[in-house]
Amino acid sequence: MTSGGFSERIVRIRALVFKESLQIIRDPSSLAIAIILPILLLLIFGYGVSLDARQVPIAVVQDSRTPASEGFVAGLRHSPWFTPEFYPDIHTAVAALKRQDVEGILWLRENFGRSINSFRNHAVHVVVNGVDDNTARLVEGYLTNTWQTWILQRNLRGRQLSFQPVGLDVRLWFNPDSRSRDFLVPGLIAVIMTLIGALLTSMVIAREWERGTLESLFSTPVTIGEILISKFVPYFVLGMMGMGLSVIMGHYLFEVPLRGTMTTLLVTSALFLTTALGMGLVISTVSKNQFVAGQIAIVFTFLPAFILSGFIFDIHSMPLFIRVITHIIPASYFVTILQSVFLAGDIPGVIIPNSVALFFFSAFLFIVLVKISKKRIM
Amino acid sequence: MKYLLIRILRLAQKEFLALLRDKKSRMVLIVPPLVQLIVFSYAATFDLNHISYAVWNEDSGEYSRQLLARFSGSTNFQLLRSVDSEKEVKALIDNRKVLLVVHLRSTFSRDLLRGTPGTVEAIVDGRQSNTAMILMGYVQTIVQGYNDEFASLHGVTPPIAPIELRAWYNPNLKSRWFIVPGIVGLLTLVVSLLVTALSVAREREDGTFDQLLVTPLAPIEIILGKIIPGFVIGFAESTAIVLVATLLFHVPLRGTLLALYLGIFLFTLSGLGVGLMISSLVSTQQQGLLGAFLFLVPAIILSGFATPIANMPQLIQDLTLLNPLRYFLVILREVFLQGAGVFLLLPEYGALAGIGLLSLILAGHFFRKRIG
Repeated sequence: MTSGGFSERIVRIRALVFKESLQIIRDPSSLAIAIILPILLLLIFGYGVSLDARQVPIAVVQDSRTPASEGFVAGLRHSPWFTPEFYPDIHTAVAALKRQDVEGILWLRENFGRSINSFRNHAVHVVVNGVDDNTARLVEGYLTNTWQTWILQRNLRGRQLSFQPVGLDVRLWFNPDSRSRDFLVPGLIAVIMTLIGALLTSMVIAREWERGTLESLFSTPVTIGEILISKFVPYFVLGMMGMGLSVIMGHYLFEVPLRGTMTTLLVTSALFLTTALGMGLVISTVSKNQFVAGQIAIVFTFLPAFILSGFIFDIHSMPLFIRVITHIIPASYFVTILQSVFLAGDIPGVIIPNSVALFFFSAFLFIVLVKISKKRIM
Repeated sequence: MKYLLIRILRLAQKEFLALLRDKKSRMVLIVPPLVQLIVFSYAATFDLNHISYAVWNEDSGEYSRQLLARFSGSTNFQLLRSVDSEKEVKALIDNRKVLLVVHLRSTFSRDLLRGTPGTVEAIVDGRQSNTAMILMGYVQTIVQGYNDEFASLHGVTPPIAPIELRAWYNPNLKSRWFIVPGIVGLLTLVVSLLVTALSVAREREDGTFDQLLVTPLAPIEIILGKIIPGFVIGFAESTAIVLVATLLFHVPLRGTLLALYLGIFLFTLSGLGVGLMISSLVSTQQQGLLGAFLFLVPAIILSGFATPIANMPQLIQDLTLLNPLRYFLVILREVFLQGAGVFLLLPEYGALAGIGLLSLILAGHFFRKRIG
């Protein structure tokens, strides 16, 4: 293979980039991936994904109506978390829970009025449907909260009911209202970028292998490096457009605060996009066949980015060997970066190590890419 | 009739070979779903363990030591280090070294001795709001436990926790029981899409699809030939996945196998149907891959797999009625955890059968339309 001077190189790369761009414009599916996919996914995700339960339907059973129990139930009615539905006795409420008409049962026992004064018996029984453990725990938390508010108000009115020796004062940094959307949207952007990167490039080299056009290219003075650059540049531009769209939508439509700087966001996104496109190109080169490349892209990009990146499931909760595995998922570094840039700001201790990791990933992928491409020609 | 059967079986055999002949394709279909089941099942949990935390104790009294001993004794928490200034707290939380800092002011023990309430301050990293909420629950439990001990030591009858909670079907509220059946659905969907989504598009690109259409095979026969291998692979993998879920992760399987397999059958049917429909609509494999993702990603997100459908806005809740995975997750969770039988799940079976048949009819329709 010959390569020639620097200026010839530039000319060749420019010509190849031009060819690749024409191909993108002619097949609308690439443009669709970069522009329509992020808009659609962010809309669906942004509105659809929420871990905050609101207006949970809950069955309320009062064994006897006393002023105390009525007061407590009234507090429930004003809570944004619950929609109380009243059932005459526990049996009908149990039937409703089994039908899944309600998420839980709040049962104020006969002795409600007395036992809140003496604290000798459980005054309130709560039954929840435990299948969805997260919602069940939220219902429990919300109910305890409603209960404590009610006790506090009674105490303020001069009727000391309970003495808590130690009180708890929680300060939630970065997201004081604990809006789950604020932490999900930055993660979503990382998942979407993984998808875009892999979708855009996983097919492009495999397609040329299948059609035999790559072999024709090899017989020209073009080098492998130049071919890879020309495959990379147009998709990088497309991907950054998708990224820009996602950030604009996240910040303006979903009102996620953006506390870091644009520069950090740009630099880290460019690093991550390079990694994601690199993964797609490696898949494409290894499989040499669009069918297999497509299958690999589905299996190895989206699902790991969805489950192992810390986007929904916190990496802290995972057992050690899974945490080790998350280190080979590039999306996990980008999720960490984005959550900090959006919610906390440019924190060097978070941004720098994770960016360095992304840099090494992309360098590694491109070295591998050049190695295997060379081998493939022989 | 006999010839018809032979023709379909021949075509199915050819599809099987096309799928499994390529070594890479064979690997992709078989190994990753099983590996992912195991990895994801361990990964996908909302329970927290070994949360690293720091202590900022300005109090030298005995009570603060007692309370902090309860944190260090809990398996949920792991002490990273002690700090003694606000600046250090900020550095630890900003850089994600700890999720929680327990802060006790210098007056803590004195207040308690005087008989006034002492205050514990919990500083929590809210970047992952769900983790923060769960973490707060754990801290609350520890403080509550200390309050009870304190009260009984000082001759006060400890107040009984006013609320008694019982969780049905999943008494210890284990995330894994909720998530693992969901992963069974997720992977079954991925496998059935992998088998079909690119298959017609590939034949279109190679030109072999036109040849297939000029044979005496009717579209319905072509469809059957294309989905039979999917059924075989889907069934084999679902069985393996269910075995792993019950034997390795000890998720109880309380319902009947009949109810489970009827669900798997109808869900595989609808997954294959949607895949084939996508494939028959597009003209290149790249478009096929895009179509597969455009279906797969929303189908997973809007299925109730990780976030409840009840939390979604009404419009999106209505949209999920078109999502086969939504129905399959109901079937899986009811059969695994709630011990449901066939009769109770009839509406879900009906919906899956409807989606499956409709998408197959549409696929057959688009086959023919493309030639004209």
